Amino acid sequence: MSTPTLKQTTPRNGSQILGIGAYRPDIIVTNDDVCQWIDSSDEWIQQRTGIVTRHRAPRETTVVDMAVGAGAEALAKAGIEASQIGAVLVSTVTHMYATPSAAALIADKLGASPAPAYDISAACAGYCYGIAQADALVRAGTAEYVLVIGVEKLSDVIDNHERTISFLLGDGAGAVVVGPSDEPGIGPTVWGSDGSKWDTIGMTHSLMDVRDFSEQAMKGDGVALAAADEAHSTLWPTLRQDGQTVFRWAVWEMAKMAKKALEAAGVTAADLGAFVPHQANMRIIDELAKQLKLPEHVIIARDIADAGNTSAASIPLATHRLLQENPELSGKLSLQIGFGAGLVFGAQVVRLP
Amino acid sequence: MASNEEILAGLAEIVNEETGLAPEAVELDKSFTDDLDIDSISMMTIVVNAEEKFDVKIPDEEVKNLKTVGDAVSFIAAAQA
Repeated sequence: MSTPTLKQTTPRNGSQILGIGAYRPDIIVTNDDVCQWIDSSDEWIQQRTGIVTRHRAPRETTVVDMAVGAGAEALAKAGIEASQIGAVLVSTVTHMYATPSAAALIADKLGASPAPAYDISAACAGYCYGIAQADALVRAGTAEYVLVIGVEKLSDVIDNHERTISFLLGDGAGAVVVGPSDEPGIGPTVWGSDGSKWDTIGMTHSLMDVRDFSEQAMKGDGVALAAADEAHSTLWPTLRQDGQTVFRWAVWEMAKMAKKALEAAGVTAADLGAFVPHQANMRIIDELAKQLKLPEHVIIARDIADAGNTSAASIPLATHRLLQENPELSGKLSLQIGFGAGLVFGAQVVRLP
Repeated sequence: MASNEEILAGLAEIVNEETGLAPEAVELDKSFTDDLDIDSISMMTIVVNAEEKFDVKIPDEEVKNLKTVGDAVSFIAAAQA
């Protein structure tokens, strides 16, 4: 008996972003608010980071709530029914369950079940990772429409009194629908990781430590708990970064990757309508733009001033705003690059919806 | 290979470009943070530009040891040797 030849999906020529949605939570945290917790000033924070305010969600709001808000808008803008979605990809590091995924619940709440759904853990590069996968799924014929969501509730993992990263961070969600297109609408993704810098951005301690702390608490060992609390400033794990090392990598290494993404797509900076880097710090954005020698007509996303750094949500949020403020960008090319904890990065040129 | 005077002049030029400080304010005994008011992000920009200009490697862990302009000049001179 001969082995039968397997059937395969039929590949497509191209994929594109069809619609974009955003969710910005209501609580506005100003630099003066931040200065209640750290010894700083509005002027210092603006000068060093370009951040004026950040949006944060109330305690009871979850990444699922925010993702559903952004996802619903993306579907409506794309003119696609939830039932047509062939996969739901959710990039986040602030879904507070190791399992099950946020994506399965988000898919269900949006009405996209039984679409395959999974989370992506790639921090601030997560949205670009999601776009890379959505593009591959659509072009391979594995899915027709893919919902990609970047969502973070970073306010759950900050320590207001530390000064390496917490004051930069905000909450929010951005989402896009990727679907088939005759002309390529998503260029090749230039992506990668550098685990040798694993400890330059990340949590103060692991959930295993939290388990040990809770066991000590159960035994009534207040001395051990107080010592742990002092060592970490809080028993709850929170984010830290080695800002200088990260800044150097984020500007000079990422400028090279952004140039590679342009080359891979067969375009130059002059062909771009927009540049949407991860909104980490205005100084990184400015320095990247300088390294890339962007022509004046290229509009640079600077959503960070109002939104703060929202990790996986920052690129879709910033893109959503650019399109609202500059509707003429629709159909133009945007260079997007995400980079962050891992360290990981991803960059691609996309045609704006 | 550049002389110490040339390195100092080159550094002063880089500092001027990043911060707007007059090149003559960049003297060997000046502290980057305390005297020249250069923050950690500007310092990194200066370091990377210095690497390019003088064709040396200044590792991240070395940057915190470069407290004064003189420290930077010495490090670059040694790295070039």
